[in-house]
Amino acid sequence: MISLIIKTKKYLKGINTRILKNQIFAGVVFVFSFITISPIVLIIYKLISKGYKQINLAFFTEIAPDTYEAMIALGNNKIIPGGILNGITGTLLMVALASIIAIPIGLLIGIFLYENNKKKYANIVRDITDIIQGVPSIVLGLIAYFWVVKGITHGFSALAGSFALGVMMLPLIIRSTEETLKMIPETIKEAGLALGVPYHKIILRVLIPTGFSGLLTGILLAISRIIGETAPLMLTALGSMGVNYNIEKPTSAVPLLIWEFYNDPNMVDLIWSSSLILMIFVLILNLISKHIIAKKNN
Amino acid sequence: MSELIKYIEDPILDIKNLSVSYNRDKYAVENVNVGIKKNRITAIMGPSGCGKSTLLRAINRMHALYPTIETKGQISLNGQDTSTMSDIILRRKIGMVFQRPNPFPTMSIYDNVIAGYKLNGIRIKKSERDEIVEKSLQDVTLWDEVKDSLTKKGSFLSGGQQQRLCIARALAFRPDIVLLDEPTSALDPIATKKIEELLIELKEKYTIIMVTHNMAQASRISDYSMFMYIGKLIEYGKTKNLFINPVNKKTEEYLTGKFS
Repeated sequence: MISLIIKTKKYLKGINTRILKNQIFAGVVFVFSFITISPIVLIIYKLISKGYKQINLAFFTEIAPDTYEAMIALGNNKIIPGGILNGITGTLLMVALASIIAIPIGLLIGIFLYENNKKKYANIVRDITDIIQGVPSIVLGLIAYFWVVKGITHGFSALAGSFALGVMMLPLIIRSTEETLKMIPETIKEAGLALGVPYHKIILRVLIPTGFSGLLTGILLAISRIIGETAPLMLTALGSMGVNYNIEKPTSAVPLLIWEFYNDPNMVDLIWSSSLILMIFVLILNLISKHIIAKKNN
Repeated sequence: MSELIKYIEDPILDIKNLSVSYNRDKYAVENVNVGIKKNRITAIMGPSGCGKSTLLRAINRMHALYPTIETKGQISLNGQDTSTMSDIILRRKIGMVFQRPNPFPTMSIYDNVIAGYKLNGIRIKKSERDEIVEKSLQDVTLWDEVKDSLTKKGSFLSGGQQQRLCIARALAFRPDIVLLDEPTSALDPIATKKIEELLIELKEKYTIIMVTHNMAQASRISDYSMFMYIGKLIEYGKTKNLFINPVNKKTEEYLTGKFS
């Protein structure tokens, strides 16, 4: 009887230490997760508090001011006139062009990898895709400089910038396409086959619509990944004072403008508002793709 | 081979010397000779891995997609060699329903039924389409349940309804033969009963070949039964005879539950 009581007491003591350990562990996890989210909160806070003053309608409808205008505004304690229209249009132009290059190629390679899952050549392609993902963006910029700037447009151009950005998008789209198609049950494919549907039509009319949300998510994440790239654009698109829609001419972009503002003591105030806009772009793209994923999972 | 049936008089489907191998040495189906009677339900039974699904899939050439699978022998449909038919013609004449209900998730109920026409680019008038959809859904007794929600996605239906939708999709082509690969194994008993009743009704218009793991099901609804074991057709006969008086010892052992 007594020995039973002692045993029970020992057991209870064991339980208490376990509960304590559990609580300590939960606390540590909470602290670290808080540390992880705090930078993003601080970044957004800083961008908004420093950048909101400059944001008005003109910020979206006017091109970047020159340093003289900015200096006068600063001297009169006014906000800097002008905006980042040339950056926004340049970014949209180059992202669109990069998407036109990368989306069809990425989707096709993704489909190829899915179809030839275990073949040797597919493995090589997959490895190379991983390597491209690891290439520093400035190196891709350099390649684009030699191939497109020197070879095709004979001068800095939006096309060269889009080429570099498109190459950066490729691995992300390829991988997301392959993973998305892998998630589609084999039975759906068989249903199409049993109706006598030719194989290419099963891919186009059954698999791609079924995996559409997944493919779209991959594309959106790839765009949000490249929209803030600066280094490859410095060597390719260079930048421009005005709005440019000619893909063979130098073009500005929001991240390029941020870099230019940084280098001009009179325009430092514009860094924050431009960064805020860029950040909002990326956040919106991420939220949309999160929303699509959540909708798909329901 | 069973002594019960040597051959079936003018079979709708005649399988001669059919062998299927996944790799060169091993046959999944070996030298099967069988004739299928028109407007009857023929059940294919046997333990797991005996080749029953492989046999079924050989009939509408579902193996064609996998180059490593080798199929030998001859299959004739209504006296015509199926190897002379294109995939689409063959599969229009021989429809198939799978183990798990697999409606196209992005398509509405209406589009699912008509999918065979749509995906193959067969153009027909709207009135004809409506008629095919209504008739096919009526055939599977789904029309009254879904007629007000034809534009909804097929995946909103219950499992049993989805499976009947898949049968309707196969029937939309007005095939001669419908192949069913364990069509009720993923369904609850009530949905299973509904499908079984449906199959009995359907045999008036179609010839049905069904793989089943469930002996009771075979005895309930089939007219003819095959028993397969390790790729070979061991016994084939009228279901009643085969269940009451099996000729082969293996068949008897299987039916009495000595192995499964």
